[in-house]
Amino acid sequence: MTTTTPTFSSRAVSVLAAIWGFIRRIPPIYPVFFAIFITVGFLNPNYQTMNGIFVFLRRASPLAILAIGQMMVLASGGFDLSQGSLVTFVIVGSSMLLSNDPAKAYSTIGIMMAVGVLVGLINGTAVSFLKIPSLIVTLGMLLLVKGVAMYWSGGAPKGYFTDNFRVFGRGNFENVPIFGKFPIALFIMLVIAVVFYFIFHRTNYGKQVLAIGDNVRAAQLSGVRVRGIRVLTFVFSAFLTVIAAILYGGYGGISTNVGDGMEFQAVSAAVIGGTLLLGGKGSVPNVVFGAFTLEALFNLLNLIGLPKPYRDAVQGLIIIGAVAYAALTTRRKQ
Amino acid sequence: MAVQETQAETQPLLEVRNITKRFPGVVALNNVSLKFYPGEVHAVVGENGAGKSTLMKIIAGAYTPDAGEIILQGERVSFAHPVEAYAKGVSIIFQEFNLLPERSVAQNIFLGREPSRFGIIDRRQLHRDTEAVLKELGVENLISPSALVSSLSVANQQIVEIAKAISYDSKVLIMDEPTAALSSVEVKMLDDLVERLKARGMAIIFISHRLGEVFDIADKITVLKDGQLVGTVLTKNTTPQEVVFMMVGRELDHYYPPLGKPEDFGEVVLRVTDGSNDFLKNISFELRKGEVLGVAGLQGSGRTELAQALFGVVPFKGGTLEVHGKVQMIKNPTQAIALRMGFVTEDRKSEGLFPRQAICDNMLLAVRSLQPVFGYIFKDGLPKERKLVPGLGKRVDIRTDSYDREVQFLSGGNQQKVVLAKWLASKADIFIFDEPTRGIDVEAKAGIHDMIRELTKQGVAVLMISSELPEIIGMSDRILVMRDGRIAGELPAQSSEAEIMLVATGHGQAENNHSSVQAEAGKE
Repeated sequence: MTTTTPTFSSRAVSVLAAIWGFIRRIPPIYPVFFAIFITVGFLNPNYQTMNGIFVFLRRASPLAILAIGQMMVLASGGFDLSQGSLVTFVIVGSSMLLSNDPAKAYSTIGIMMAVGVLVGLINGTAVSFLKIPSLIVTLGMLLLVKGVAMYWSGGAPKGYFTDNFRVFGRGNFENVPIFGKFPIALFIMLVIAVVFYFIFHRTNYGKQVLAIGDNVRAAQLSGVRVRGIRVLTFVFSAFLTVIAAILYGGYGGISTNVGDGMEFQAVSAAVIGGTLLLGGKGSVPNVVFGAFTLEALFNLLNLIGLPKPYRDAVQGLIIIGAVAYAALTTRRKQ
Repeated sequence: MAVQETQAETQPLLEVRNITKRFPGVVALNNVSLKFYPGEVHAVVGENGAGKSTLMKIIAGAYTPDAGEIILQGERVSFAHPVEAYAKGVSIIFQEFNLLPERSVAQNIFLGREPSRFGIIDRRQLHRDTEAVLKELGVENLISPSALVSSLSVANQQIVEIAKAISYDSKVLIMDEPTAALSSVEVKMLDDLVERLKARGMAIIFISHRLGEVFDIADKITVLKDGQLVGTVLTKNTTPQEVVFMMVGRELDHYYPPLGKPEDFGEVVLRVTDGSNDFLKNISFELRKGEVLGVAGLQGSGRTELAQALFGVVPFKGGTLEVHGKVQMIKNPTQAIALRMGFVTEDRKSEGLFPRQAICDNMLLAVRSLQPVFGYIFKDGLPKERKLVPGLGKRVDIRTDSYDREVQFLSGGNQQKVVLAKWLASKADIFIFDEPTRGIDVEAKAGIHDMIRELTKQGVAVLMISSELPEIIGMSDRILVMRDGRIAGELPAQSSEAEIMLVATGHGQAENNHSSVQAEAGKE
């Protein structure tokens, strides 16, 4: 009988250890997000209602979509800096193509998606076949795409978005069970997150992206078709950027600088979601929460009364901090 | 072993005494003492890893010795940096040149100490000085002071390096493998140059793998082995055979699994006929199921290039390649993997592993890259073999608590097993091993050797490249010896180190062996 006590306590210890092990494996992004979001909720009671939370998630959705695309490029060891100006191009170009005619909404979206695929193909081809670093290629593409948008619109885009175009970004599904209203943008984002969770974490493609980002030479010697996978990754990133831009179009204005800096927001979101800037690590759900966290952080800064320039400074700190962290941890291992 | 006669009459120009240098895990040099006299060409030879380059780097100030001293003209010196060594008259010409390709010959020779007037470089003086140096070497008609270094041939670049050393008024000139990239005419030219330098009373230290040139140029030969000084002999009193025996004589350091029996060897699975590319010429050999074919050769003889050509990394351009009885063109590794070949590379960290990925993903990558890009994956296996990873882990004996652990946290031996498992997962039956046990501790080494032999028993054909001769001899059922991008000869199992080295250095003829005789004949 005396032996049961130690057995019982040791079992309790092992259960606690298992729970602790589980807690330790939760990525830091989740507690960080909830801490910031709850703080925001205290400061602004709007965020305590279902409606307020939906408004927040709707606004964060396009960034989450951008960040998923950016994350995959980062995980392959590259950068996609052309995202922001592609957003500008899609918004400016759509307003030109639509010319206030609701009947053209779907053809416009189709054309823009084709443009996205083309931009991704050019980025990917230049990186894989011409062996130009992605930082340079996509920086050039940033200027090129933005320049085309400026030229096309003459610097001042005409027209407005028709309602059937705007509905993706600002509309709600009505009469949804439990929720009542459910934002269309959030729904699109969730579908994309699930699809790309599957593609990135559950197919050969994702494992090959991570392998390329981790050690491109070894990937090549293990039979990975490095160039094809890279091109595909840039196409995904550009395609997701077009979708994000259409959602932004739902509530943003039409101007030639709407997308400025969005590539860095996407990089920041990916990085706080645990993506390694030098490649080899990345996760779709963590990056979605990275985007939520960044959006919540912007709201927090806003509520505290800090003006917009602080956002940029905070993003800069996040990126530098993330790189420093990555550099420190890899150095410690060596 | 012949030891040098004492040269009491002259004072050595440079002397190293009791030099010891350790690197993590190895003693690169152990208590080495040597004397270098003026007007003498002194060759230092030894196998890969014998400590030749380390010794030269210590003399030139690139490394600091852990113990011992360097005496230059009777004075104790220690150089903190190669620049200090230069200033004191000790010059070293490395295998890779330290020249600026887009600068002129004159600018390179006088880099950092250009003659100046009023703080401005005096170009005319610079060219006059350069011409004087080139004239001293008797090459003024060959090289113009204003020529860009990048426009010169490798041999002429070498002369520029020598001219640079002369311009520093060097007394000791160290040349690390000076002839590695030269044609025979150019080597002859270099010989003449060395004669001139000797006449100036310089001490020349010459490191080379090629015994032929060593015997042409050197007055004295010192042999190093495993960081130990074996001895110094006068060239006129010795033969290449004797030097080779000094280079290799040693005991086997561990036991190898028994060799395969001839009746176990099956059909030819890989046949190369006249394979060639930029690095390789006239490569012809066969590899049979169930055998270990060892590939020996000195550094730069084309061993790794052979592996890369077979695996499609740097493909063959000419000749034919037959895999499993069918003629194949392997243009990239993906095709090689699809033909069930596996390549365990020399540099495990940079070419074999994905340090931040889990063990299971490392193991499955090669087989996954053959499957459809968007094919669904299973964590521990394939759609048809769900439990592949644990099975492989047991088969290669990986010691870990979880296959989700990132491979960067595994020991070197375990990492090598992960690489092995990657190719087992892709069902490879032709394995290429390039230096399979480099940087692995003794126990894990034996484990890998057992595993290679185990593979052959399961019908796998193994091509094993190694620069460690005991490993080649201990493991190989046949031995190919490479030299200058060709197969210089084929030797039977359990040939001696001396026999292999003689073929590898170009001083031996494998006896009773048809193909090596052919290869030698084809070379002439």
